[in-house]
Amino acid sequence: MASNSSGGGSSDRQRIAQQRLRIIAGHLQGPVDGDSAILAAECKAQGSKTDVCREGKTVPRRRQEIMKWNGWGYSDSKFLFNKKGQAEFTGKRYRLSGMIIPGLKDWMEGTFGANLQHKTPATPLLTSSAVQPATLNKAFLEELKSTGIPFSHDAEDRVFRAHGHCLHEIFALREGKFGRVPDMVVWPNCHNDVVKIVELACKHNVCVIPYGGGTSVSSALECPPEETRSIVSLDTSQMNRILWIDEKNLTAHVEAGIVGQDLERLLNESGYCTGHEPDSMEFSSLGGWVATRASGMKKNIYGNIEDLVIHIRMVTPRGVIEKSCQGPRMSTGPDIHHFIMGSEGTLGVVTEVTMKIRPMPEYQKYGSVVFPNFEQGVACLREVAKQRCAPASIRLMDNEQFKFGHALKPQVSSIFTSFLDGLKTFYITKFKGFDPNRLCVATLLFEGDREKVLQHEKQVYDIAAKFGGLAAGEDNGQRGYMLTFVIAYLRDLGMDYYVIGESFETSVPWDRVLDICRNVKARIIQECKDKGVQFPPLSTCRVTQTYDTGACVYFYFAFNYRGLSDPVHVYEQVEHAAREEILANGGSLSHHHGVGKLRKEWMRDTVSNVGVGMLKSVKDYVDPDNIFGNRNLL
Amino acid sequence: DKIRALDPMLKKRDDFEDMLEERRNSSDLRYALRCYTPVLYKGLAPCKASMLKSMVLQSDQLHHVIGQVSRETGRAADDVQEEASAILEEMAHCLQLSTVRFFAFTLSKVFKTLFRSICVNEEGIQRLQQAIQEHPVVLLPSHRSYMDFLLMSYILYTYDIALPVIAAGMDFMGMKFVGEMLRMSGAFFIRRSFGGDKLYWSVFSEYVKTMLKNGFAPVEFFLEGTRSRTSKSLTPKLGLLNIVMDPYLKGEVYDINVVPVSISYERILEEALYAREMLGVPKPKESTSGLFKARKVLSEDYGSIHVYFGQPVSVRSLAQGRVNRCQFNLVPRHIPRRPSEEIQSFVNDSAYRLVRAQEENMVLKPWVLLASLLLQNHHQDQTAGQKRGMVLEELTAQAVWLRDMFREYGAFLHWPVVLLDICVGGQVKPGEPHSTVTPEEELLSQAVIVLSCASYRNQGLHVFLRPALLASAINAASSNLKQEVFNSFSFLRNMFSNEFILCPGATVQDFEEACYLLVKTGALQVTQQELLVTERGQRTVAFLTSMLDPFLQGYQVVCRFLCEEATENLTEKQFVPAVRKFIIKHLLAGRLRYTEVLSSDLQKNSLAALLRLGAVQKIKGRIKLSKVTYSSVFLLRTCVNLTYNC
Repeated sequence: MASNSSGGGSSDRQRIAQQRLRIIAGHLQGPVDGDSAILAAECKAQGSKTDVCREGKTVPRRRQEIMKWNGWGYSDSKFLFNKKGQAEFTGKRYRLSGMIIPGLKDWMEGTFGANLQHKTPATPLLTSSAVQPATLNKAFLEELKSTGIPFSHDAEDRVFRAHGHCLHEIFALREGKFGRVPDMVVWPNCHNDVVKIVELACKHNVCVIPYGGGTSVSSALECPPEETRSIVSLDTSQMNRILWIDEKNLTAHVEAGIVGQDLERLLNESGYCTGHEPDSMEFSSLGGWVATRASGMKKNIYGNIEDLVIHIRMVTPRGVIEKSCQGPRMSTGPDIHHFIMGSEGTLGVVTEVTMKIRPMPEYQKYGSVVFPNFEQGVACLREVAKQRCAPASIRLMDNEQFKFGHALKPQVSSIFTSFLDGLKTFYITKFKGFDPNRLCVATLLFEGDREKVLQHEKQVYDIAAKFGGLAAGEDNGQRGYMLTFVIAYLRDLGMDYYVIGESFETSVPWDRVLDICRNVKARIIQECKDKGVQFPPLSTCRVTQTYDTGACVYFYFAFNYRGLSDPVHVYEQVEHAAREEILANGGSLSHHHGVGKLRKEWMRDTVSNVGVGMLKSVKDYVDPDNIFGNRNLL
Repeated sequence: DKIRALDPMLKKRDDFEDMLEERRNSSDLRYALRCYTPVLYKGLAPCKASMLKSMVLQSDQLHHVIGQVSRETGRAADDVQEEASAILEEMAHCLQLSTVRFFAFTLSKVFKTLFRSICVNEEGIQRLQQAIQEHPVVLLPSHRSYMDFLLMSYILYTYDIALPVIAAGMDFMGMKFVGEMLRMSGAFFIRRSFGGDKLYWSVFSEYVKTMLKNGFAPVEFFLEGTRSRTSKSLTPKLGLLNIVMDPYLKGEVYDINVVPVSISYERILEEALYAREMLGVPKPKESTSGLFKARKVLSEDYGSIHVYFGQPVSVRSLAQGRVNRCQFNLVPRHIPRRPSEEIQSFVNDSAYRLVRAQEENMVLKPWVLLASLLLQNHHQDQTAGQKRGMVLEELTAQAVWLRDMFREYGAFLHWPVVLLDICVGGQVKPGEPHSTVTPEEELLSQAVIVLSCASYRNQGLHVFLRPALLASAINAASSNLKQEVFNSFSFLRNMFSNEFILCPGATVQDFEEACYLLVKTGALQVTQQELLVTERGQRTVAFLTSMLDPFLQGYQVVCRFLCEEATENLTEKQFVPAVRKFIIKHLLAGRLRYTEVLSSDLQKNSLAALLRLGAVQKIKGRIKLSKVTYSSVFLLRTCVNLTYNC
């Protein structure tokens, strides 16, 4: 797809915008929000010049209308096995949509010992009666009503906001089990609405849990079961406008509820982008990125969220915290932004953010390199990092993941393509002598001026060649990136057939990368065996980001749980062991997923006693009554 | 579960197969030339010795140390690098299959002449084969004879298992030809001491780690550091164990399998040599010509050998919950650092556990029991001034009694169906020395026999060590009160921890284990407050106490020597001859019961114990009683008193 762009050298922005639209989220036919009229009155956007109209809005208040309540993503998009037993991806939103994926069945059977006869279907409908009745704070409710801010205590709305996408959360939903859920949901429309809500919450001692995109994988959205106060889920999704764009300074001021795909799409329309593309960008929100210290796939060019943020506005129980200017760097004591970034909703609600923007890249090109083994691949990535010439994105998949990627190849339409594929395989394995069970592949994404991209590409391929790497085409590269968007859907398919799994990540110094990959994968396999898992698990990893001094490593782990009485518990034990292994091998507690409640137990060891004390004292000052009581982090 | 841990009888052990049997029935030449295709770690291709060397020389660790040495000494880095290269040259093995085949052929011939059988537990071999494919493997055989490592390689070659590289002492290098032969069969040579030599240490440790990490070959070394002259296990040396555990602790490998191997000889080739050595006849320097002179051993019968490959021990599981591996996160792993206290104590404990694992699977022959009984009888005779020996029937009856006790204590006994077919009729006693000139010479030549005999008895010591300590403690304690007995047990155990394998910090477990065994065999009753020896337990307790008596007397006599005779200027070197002189005097005067106390091994151990306990100090290489502190005087007194009580 990207190669299409090579046709128009000095192409007009309009066309690129169109193209980007297709790449990231070309599927958007935002459902018309019937309720928008109610909201129209309140918030006057401060800088109305580029104020975005609501037509393109992706996230409705009633999310369940377009998204699954017990799985990942859009209701219309999912993997299933059709009547012929072939895997198929439904819907029209993605490149893979409507396609047959012939290799998936064999891969699933071969990798997990799964069987199409053994199904574990999810509970189809949400039974409201199974949801705990709402504990409402009457006084709070009364005053809230008078502000005109929309709210709901409908069971479906509440359940939708009671979870992220951890395995245990989704597993419980599929079984129709609900724990503590928020007692009501509010939808502020702007910063001032949030100020009002937080004031009321403080006044009436109500617990507030901010909710952005709901893509958390750290149990951050889980309601603490011991919380006796009324819990209000503060859904920021309706605060989704770009308030202004400053082309002189290349900044944009954006409401924090906007989700990634909308932000990029809307900026693209003006010829800009933030370049911040986490894998969850279809659904995750700007405020969520700030609150968890998110990282985007293209951080090599654009930076991580902490590099992108210029100004943050956050509403806390003590009032609003923000800086007085937009200087690009300041020496004014510890950066208060760093109290906010990574605070995971424990201090307040991020309402507005000024971000760096960049002109949209003129040219994009995917690529891929095959290495004889993972060791060589890592050595190559290290060299690329050393020379500081990493492309917008460079990722290295291990052998298992390479095979997985292969299994997701859609049916090829022409005999010629399949012949070509065969020829490529022959060349790499037979002619070049690569062992198909050891080789691994790096996927690349270049961005920028056409000329520079081509130059850059050559530089990277030259380095790769020194490590035995062979260029393996744009198509392989692009498919690698597509995989990140659909892999979450694939988990739902697995869960239909006794397969559960998840991914987790870490960051680690370069000299430790190979050791950590080997040891964590081996630990997962051993723990599964020790815990009685009947089938060999899928235990695989990829290096997804490079830094000067280290890399971000992603692990995928899944297994067939037939024969286990408490699969989720086994899963959690294995993940726990894997995290211990990561820490023992010099890896960090998290690179970008955050701590939430899932990884809290390791915080003290991670940041020292004094460190925890520092964070605690900030919390104690900012939120003495624990209004933001999600109990993440500490 | 606790019972299981306490009761050694519940341990399951594999059966043995005699591997010489096939050698006696088929061609040695064909065997030596057969196709040898061992399975390797993760299907790795074997690494050439030269490639290994260059990997070591290019390692980060060595680079770092070379830089450091060069900065400290002002020498050029190239110069230091060259030295490192020379050290490596001196050290490295160059395993060649042809040499291995040569050994396979000659050793077949030699073994068939020397030994009746070489029995191996084949299940252990299978476990080893599995272990090699999973993780890098360290082989830890017990060390009683020079034969040990040749035997190990011979067995592994026979069973088509990857040949190990073996850490050998530099003394072999004295034998030009043999040294090179051994090198070509997989030995690498390390200097006996290189305390402060950073560069040497670095080359050495990197060499071992490189082999291990990459799984090129199993690494084999002797935890005991040197051959035990007494057939008792020696307290483990930690240097190499530290090195081989390091790659796991630093996360460079997922796990390491450590395999304890117990080699039990019915009769050790060097047995007479050892006894002489301990009595002060210096050990002959290893030389090729000496080896040829020694060929007369070929005409003797050395019985059978049992080699037991123990359960592989995962270093990961040993370290589970004991070592926080995060301690390596903040300093680059290639910069050598002193191991933290946590790691030192972990390695130390592991070493003891592994030596105990070796001990547990040592096969005991009837001779071990007979030697124990004969020695006790001999001492009783001596006290009575008689030279009666023992009636065969009586010996047999006692041996059967002892056998049953051994079994109850979980000993790995190999008891032939037809017993004592080689015993001469009439009376049995330790041999008579030939007529000699002086009483001192007579004493020494008798001592050779007693020490040889003792080395048989020692093979079984580990079986009843804990009950024996308890029996002695009961005798020594002033009352039957549990607490008092425990205190006296604890004192004895502490005192003897240089002598026997007693895991540090396991006093309570050992006490419980001893109580359990004595209670189980009906020798002891344990009440809330007291420990009472039963009527039928008297015999057991008497036997057990007299097993430890020679050791107690040895420690006592050393104490007395230090109190009465030690001069101001006693150096460590002079210590053994001086004690020996003192002991000979007392033995000849009939004031000491046990000739065994002449053993220099015993004397050195007791000195080490006294040093450790602080009763004696070493100042500038001289041994001095600690400045009359209350504790040291008390210690020596208790020591002396205890032995008098017994």
